[in-house]
Amino acid sequence: MRWLRRHLVVIAGTLALVYLLLPNVVVLVFSFNDPAGRYNYTWQSFSTDAWSDPCGVAGMCDSVGLSLRIALTATVAATVIGTLAAFALARHRFRGRAAGNSLIFLPMAMPEVVMAASLGTLFLNMRIEFGVTTILIAHIMFCLSFVVVAVKARVASMDPKLEEAARDLYAGPLQTFLRVTLPLAAPGIAAGAMLSFAISLDDFIITQFNAGPSTVTFPMYVWGASQRGIPVQVNVIGTAMFVAALALVVAGQVVGARRRSRA
Amino acid sequence: MSAVAEQRAGVTLTGISKEFGDVTAVHPLDLTVPRGSFFALLGASGCGKTTTLRMIAGLEQPTTGTVRLGDDDVTALPPHRRKVNTVFQSYALFPHLDVHDNVAFGLRRRGIRSVAKDVRETLELVELGHLARRKPHQLSGGQQQRVALARAIVNRPEVLLLDEPLGALDLKLRRQMQLELKRIQTEVGLTFVHVTHDQEEAMTMADTIAVMNAGRVEQLGTPVDLYEDPASSFVANFLGQSNLIAAEIAGTAGADLLLSAAGDVKLALPAARCRARSTAVGTRVLAGMRPEKISLAHRDAAVDGAVPDGRNRIPGTVVDASFTGAATQYLVDSPVCPELSVFVQNVERDPRLVPGAQVVLHWNPAHTFGLDGEESLLAGTLEDAGTGEEAP
Amino acid sequence: MTALAAPPEATPEAPGPPPPRRRLTPYWLLLPAALWLLVFFAAPLVYQASTSVQSGSFEEGFEVTWRWANYTEALDTYAEHFARSFGYAAAATVLCLAIGYPLAYMIAFRAGRWRGVLLVLVIAPFFTSFLIRTLAWKTILSDNGPLVGALDTLHVLDVTATLGLTTDDRLLATPLAVVCGLTYNFLPFMILPLYTSLERVDPGLHEAAQDLYARPLTVFRRVTLPLSMPGVVAGTLLTFIPASGDYINAQLLGSPKEQMVGNAIQKQFLNVLDYPTAAAMSFLLMAAILIMVTVYIRRAGTEELV
Repeated sequence: MRWLRRHLVVIAGTLALVYLLLPNVVVLVFSFNDPAGRYNYTWQSFSTDAWSDPCGVAGMCDSVGLSLRIALTATVAATVIGTLAAFALARHRFRGRAAGNSLIFLPMAMPEVVMAASLGTLFLNMRIEFGVTTILIAHIMFCLSFVVVAVKARVASMDPKLEEAARDLYAGPLQTFLRVTLPLAAPGIAAGAMLSFAISLDDFIITQFNAGPSTVTFPMYVWGASQRGIPVQVNVIGTAMFVAALALVVAGQVVGARRRSRA
Repeated sequence: MSAVAEQRAGVTLTGISKEFGDVTAVHPLDLTVPRGSFFALLGASGCGKTTTLRMIAGLEQPTTGTVRLGDDDVTALPPHRRKVNTVFQSYALFPHLDVHDNVAFGLRRRGIRSVAKDVRETLELVELGHLARRKPHQLSGGQQQRVALARAIVNRPEVLLLDEPLGALDLKLRRQMQLELKRIQTEVGLTFVHVTHDQEEAMTMADTIAVMNAGRVEQLGTPVDLYEDPASSFVANFLGQSNLIAAEIAGTAGADLLLSAAGDVKLALPAARCRARSTAVGTRVLAGMRPEKISLAHRDAAVDGAVPDGRNRIPGTVVDASFTGAATQYLVDSPVCPELSVFVQNVERDPRLVPGAQVVLHWNPAHTFGLDGEESLLAGTLEDAGTGEEAP
Repeated sequence: MTALAAPPEATPEAPGPPPPRRRLTPYWLLLPAALWLLVFFAAPLVYQASTSVQSGSFEEGFEVTWRWANYTEALDTYAEHFARSFGYAAAATVLCLAIGYPLAYMIAFRAGRWRGVLLVLVIAPFFTSFLIRTLAWKTILSDNGPLVGALDTLHVLDVTATLGLTTDDRLLATPLAVVCGLTYNFLPFMILPLYTSLERVDPGLHEAAQDLYARPLTVFRRVTLPLSMPGVVAGTLLTFIPASGDYINAQLLGSPKEQMVGNAIQKQFLNVLDYPTAAAMSFLLMAAILIMVTVYIRRAGTEELV
């Protein structure tokens, strides 16, 4: 009884973790299912068919490729534009700074469906054809805020004395930026870039409102499949992404830990 | 010490020890803190003094032994049920509460309804009555320290624990707060247990000091006892400065032991002040003396008979002289020790005492103390890197 | 070069306002982002405002006729959708707080060297597309799955049915399933800000509170909880706002009886092609959320926040 009281928090926390991770386990297990009908909702028998032929379903791997291309492009654009803005907001005091901050913050405080519908309405009114371009515009728009927030936090925590020290040691403005400021801000920029890549890759609502008939991203493919019948390969892709991302994170942590222990 | 033991005990630690994994932070120790006293636990960082304090507070469970407050065994009680309060090193003021609510926190937890009067009086005591509605982050370091103190003493605990409470303050404020703490302790009459690594602070404030080293109590006594009659080379070096000379017992003369060092230097040491294992001829001892007890005479003056008979004498050469205002510190190279330290009051300065001058050091033999000859000369000094690294 | 031939020292920069070119730097840096957001975020909202008072049809085109009836009609038709949106979102937010707080607390104070691993596990679900994960709940909650069986045997489903949360001994296609899905999807958005604010709480304050006669529960209520309020406020906003506009959980885990405002907007925009109604509804949703958030921040702000 006393043991229970002392470990109540740990028990509750572990249960919460189970709740968070259970669907990933289900996705993994059902990637080895051999479903009876068009839907992969009940367990039938073990099979590795889907894993041996992940692109065996028409259109699915194309949609993954499209999603990756869009996410990459949107990330590069949002990271560059967002980093510039973050430096402006974190390092300078100027008239209109507060307005700039609000403009960056508002998209994050808005339900996605509102932004999706309003941007879609704009494109309709301007008679702009829906397609990869409209999706990219939308993705860059909502990724921007996340990049700015991540980079700004990092830049704000940097000691401006370090840049002064660089100037004192004969570095010109450009050299100071390239050799001191940028390397110091790099973790924030990397965090912002990874965040926007993940958000863009997984976005559905805004994409659905701003995609053309032939631009099917992976989330849109899954959505469509959920209405027509879900191939097991969807679970394979989901599991593969999970494992790949997890491996990247673990590798990053190991490298970081090693670098820290060497320092 | 016997007078101390007869008083009623405030805190009694019996065979108390603490191990963290396979590191022993505190070796089994017995300690009695007299009720109403200002007791200091003095030692270098990591010597186990803070762990001892935390075991009294209940924040750390001892591996062996018991803690008693007055006559009650509180070893098994959690911190919130002990009538003990702590002034934390980092102050640990609640940032979401203002000064008044911080001070009222303990009273309210004990179910006391009308706290306003007690809080106000305690804040007056620490001279912060006018800042009751400020948040901690709006206060200076010294003011935060006073709030932490008020928050603890308002509860009138049986024992007040102070964990390096002045560590974060600058020197001037430290000295001021030392006097202030002493005044408050006298005023409220509580038992204070004060942990510090600053020997000057301990000597200024405490009635009784326990010097800790590597998880053990080296010596316990009044500041004067510890300073005049240190029991180990660690205490001799950690409290103030000492000159220690390796010597051996050559004979006795009345109540004095006769020592010989470096062959031809003869010194007298009162037998009562010798802590060597035996007084047999040939026993190795460390002869110690404080730098301010030593007088310095130029050799020419010494030859003229300026040095009275019956004093210990050592010849030497001045190596360095540094002027510190009230005194001058000389370093003297001698056959018995390459760097004897001497403090001379700046009353009448002898212009001949410059580096290179031949001098005679002399002092009253009664001011010599004797330590066990097996001890390290350097224990408790800055060069002594070996001690105090045991506890986390 | 000898010391005598050293070039003259550059005159030190005069103190005072920076030269005009330096003063313009922040504007140049901010310009691309600001333009992008003004054109593709702010302008669309204005466009949408005008669309919401248009009338017409997709075939004949739309025209601004200041038709305010779009709003009243949307409210009349979709009142229940609005109610469900905010009800489900509120329920999911409360559940996220109840489930997420212990986990955030555990990571901040009890995890020791496992802290990094646990944080990775909290964000790990994001690595799989959220649509796939939401579909996995269909499997977990399915009618002949083990969960329904267990809850049925324990008569839990009878209780939830009496409360109107489930029907016909099933979990799928019930309000409970939708709330469960929303809670699941936005739980990390609650945990991360909670963790950030808990991690900043000095464990020394816990010791100080214990030293000042606070029992463990009192330490939590008087010290930990008040100090984590910024995280609670941020977490509830990050959960409630997206949850109230969501339509995926209602679509995948609910039945037509659980549809939310998001479903209605999506249907009007993508299927019915009635853009004015869709615009009016998004505007109503946005306005309602803005009002609720403002009131909430005001109330939370009067509490003892650091």
